[in-house]
Amino acid sequence: MNDDQPHLEENGQVEPPPAAGPHSTLSRIVGIGSSLRQALVVPALAVVTALLVGAVIIALTDLDTLPLWGTDPGEAFRLTMSGTGTAYKALFVGSVGSSRAISETLFAATPLILAGLAVAVGFQAGLFNIGVNGQMHIGGMAALWVGFSLTLPAFIHIPLAIAAAIMAGAIWAGIAGILKARTGAHEVITTIMLNFVALFLVDYLLKTSVFQAAGRNDPISEKVNVTAQFPTLVGDYRVNIGFFFSLLAVAFVWWLMYRSTIGFEFRAVGFNPSGGRYAGMNVAWVYLGVMAVSGALAGIAGTNPILGLEPYRGTSGFAGTIGFDAIALALLGRSHPVGVLFAGLLFGALRAGGREMQGVAGVPIDLVLVLQALIIVMIAAPRLVRAIYRIKTPDQDASTTISTGWGG
Amino acid sequence: MELALAGVTKQFPGVLANDDVNLTVSEGEIVALLGENGAGKTTLMNILYGLYRPTSGTVSIDGKPVEFHSPGDAIKAGIGMVHQHFMLVPVFTVAENVILGDEPAKRFGVIDRARAAKTVTEISRRYNLDVDPEAIIEDLPVGIQQRVEIIKVLEREARFVVFDEPTSVLTPTEVEGFFEIVNSLKADGKGIVFISHKLGEALEIADRIVIMRRGKTVAEVLPGEVDEAGLAELMVGRPVDLVVDKAEADPKDVVLTVDHLMVLDDRNRQVVNGVSFEVRSGEIVGIAGVQGNGQTELVEALTGLRTPIGGTVLLNGQDMTIATPRAMHKANVAHVPEDRQKSGLVLPFTVTENIVLNSYYERPLSRGVRMDWDAAHDQAVRLVDEYDVRTPGVDVLVSNLSGGNQQKVIVAREFDRDVALVIASQPTRGIDVGSIEYIHSRIVEERDLGAAVLIVSSELDEVMALSDRILVMYDGEIAGEFDGSATATEIGLAMLGSGDEVEAS
Repeated sequence: MNDDQPHLEENGQVEPPPAAGPHSTLSRIVGIGSSLRQALVVPALAVVTALLVGAVIIALTDLDTLPLWGTDPGEAFRLTMSGTGTAYKALFVGSVGSSRAISETLFAATPLILAGLAVAVGFQAGLFNIGVNGQMHIGGMAALWVGFSLTLPAFIHIPLAIAAAIMAGAIWAGIAGILKARTGAHEVITTIMLNFVALFLVDYLLKTSVFQAAGRNDPISEKVNVTAQFPTLVGDYRVNIGFFFSLLAVAFVWWLMYRSTIGFEFRAVGFNPSGGRYAGMNVAWVYLGVMAVSGALAGIAGTNPILGLEPYRGTSGFAGTIGFDAIALALLGRSHPVGVLFAGLLFGALRAGGREMQGVAGVPIDLVLVLQALIIVMIAAPRLVRAIYRIKTPDQDASTTISTGWGG
Repeated sequence: MELALAGVTKQFPGVLANDDVNLTVSEGEIVALLGENGAGKTTLMNILYGLYRPTSGTVSIDGKPVEFHSPGDAIKAGIGMVHQHFMLVPVFTVAENVILGDEPAKRFGVIDRARAAKTVTEISRRYNLDVDPEAIIEDLPVGIQQRVEIIKVLEREARFVVFDEPTSVLTPTEVEGFFEIVNSLKADGKGIVFISHKLGEALEIADRIVIMRRGKTVAEVLPGEVDEAGLAELMVGRPVDLVVDKAEADPKDVVLTVDHLMVLDDRNRQVVNGVSFEVRSGEIVGIAGVQGNGQTELVEALTGLRTPIGGTVLLNGQDMTIATPRAMHKANVAHVPEDRQKSGLVLPFTVTENIVLNSYYERPLSRGVRMDWDAAHDQAVRLVDEYDVRTPGVDVLVSNLSGGNQQKVIVAREFDRDVALVIASQPTRGIDVGSIEYIHSRIVEERDLGAAVLIVSSELDEVMALSDRILVMYDGEIAGEFDGSATATEIGLAMLGSGDEVEAS
């Protein structure tokens, strides 16, 4: 009888590494359980490749130069190169070229990191929380309410607003958690649907007398009191203590997942629910706990567009698409908190630099979305990246095995 | 007609999977290829079937060297393979599966179903296979599914048929039927390669036995020349104790009392119908039976994984009928689950993480919610040493260990306490002889230390070797009880549901 696993020979010698091995498609794509080097190579190359493909796209969409390829390819090539060069230079300058640019990058990265952590915690526990967007909106609304309806000293007011966001986000995500634990309803479906509920709930609430700004007819809220607004870190730069909170969250998630019994349960159930159950873990509670933690992080992410951004008011869809970008980001960060931090900084840089690119080089900021999308495609198809760069895959030969594994 | 592998070597990065292997099969001959897991049998067969290219050495048919670049080449050359895990489409009919990949077409590419059905019927009749071409695969028992695989191979006119661990999925009766089929293939002039690690079967069916160890063909013997012990020694490379060495049992207080237990399976069918028995401290009770007679659900009910619909389970007099797995763990019940990879381990976790998988919440492994990974590491190092787990280190992923060593990790985790009750399901399924020997001796040791032990296994040999008392489960009920001196025939009859209740002891 064979096991589907590679074996250590009895003398401890390692047999060839696994093909797909024990990993599910999800865990393979999100990269959980891979070694550090493996975890870094593909994302790094994916980013490089995305930038190269992005350059081609810039060239192809340059309608002035395009006809020149027929008549004067040399000149066309020169123009294309300088055009792409200008665009990428602007992207670079706009993201890290000055202290203000760096501030913009960090500012943009703040909610991305938090939302990315929310998705990553789910991935680690085998849950796909697509509802981060909705959880951010609900969390943000809770922070908003605390922010404008109370007046307290800042050192109490800000933590209180964040606590409200944590509670609200956790409860909102907890709905999906309870549904999964009690009825087995798949979290992908429930969280997607709860996104819509959240968005329309926000629209509704913003038109109620509780939230709506006095004298307004459109869905816009009262302004958050100054005591609940995130103080900036440096002068009039936009980066604020929210970034500091996101770093705290990275450290917390790392501790939670790798140093606490709770994280141990999350990961065990994530890899193998049946194994977790046999080992005495309460799988239903774990699912609920994971969703609550994920939602709490999403809730904190939702405070940023409210407490950390002019005009400090709630508007329709105030958290934008950050909750969805976070999925991409968690994939890029291989669901590791530190990976998410770096992925968040990269995506923040793309956003900050993208504005500069649009201004200076006239390349639409949408290219940033294209770059993000390309990165994700490559992450999701690691074999593509490996093929492009001819990286020897560890499972070259074994991947063709039809019969069951090695030896035996 | 002769198929020959000469000097075949297959080098994988860091591993020599096959090292100068020689093997020949003639028409009308059954050759058993025997070896432990990891001995290189499957690699060799994958070379023969065109899935791997040998690093050096040749495959030849009738003295003419052949080169296979894909299974298609091997099939064309007359080689057929029946894999251990069947490659059938569950929702298709037998006939559809047989023609899959080689469909007879009428005009305009319409599949000729009538001809396909006729082919299946013909082959089925010729070899006495008794397979209905219109049956849907998923409705068929495993033994019949295997016959469909055989028909597939024959339909492609294979002259040499390779069976990869064919009996591991079959019940004892199905094994007999399978052997008849193999013999009729032989009579028809097919050359058969029978890959196995079961010694008795090799002796029974083979004309010649080739033994592989660590990638090499180390011996070639005739069935008349050796016995099981001799084969085991050749396979493992040292003398092996096939008989479990244990003293007379000294049963004391009743530890586990199961009274009229009734359990449903996942499809809400009652599969345990009022089972009652006791297990005493210091004795090993074995539950024999063909797989699927309610043993799995019984064990799940006893370990807190499934809630019974009736009856009681008492552990040292305490009612544990609806206890959780954690409560059973706290009550010092050790559970070695049936499927180590699915339920016993978290494969992408390290050895350490798996060692603490069910005790992580206790001191000294954690305080409150804070894990103490240093303590966990120390515990893992100690247990790996104590339980002879062959691993380069405790931070290695458990998925990189062999089946035997994975099982030792589970046994170490479960036995490293003052165990009151051991419940071990298929404790040695699919692992190497050395590990079987070791795990058996550990189970006996737990008994001698005063634990009550319940073994559930579909391998009758294992139940008979270990148990002081044997219960046979058939159709959700205890169909017989035997003491250690019962013969395999008596027990075997009870396993088929036809045995009279034999009250011994």
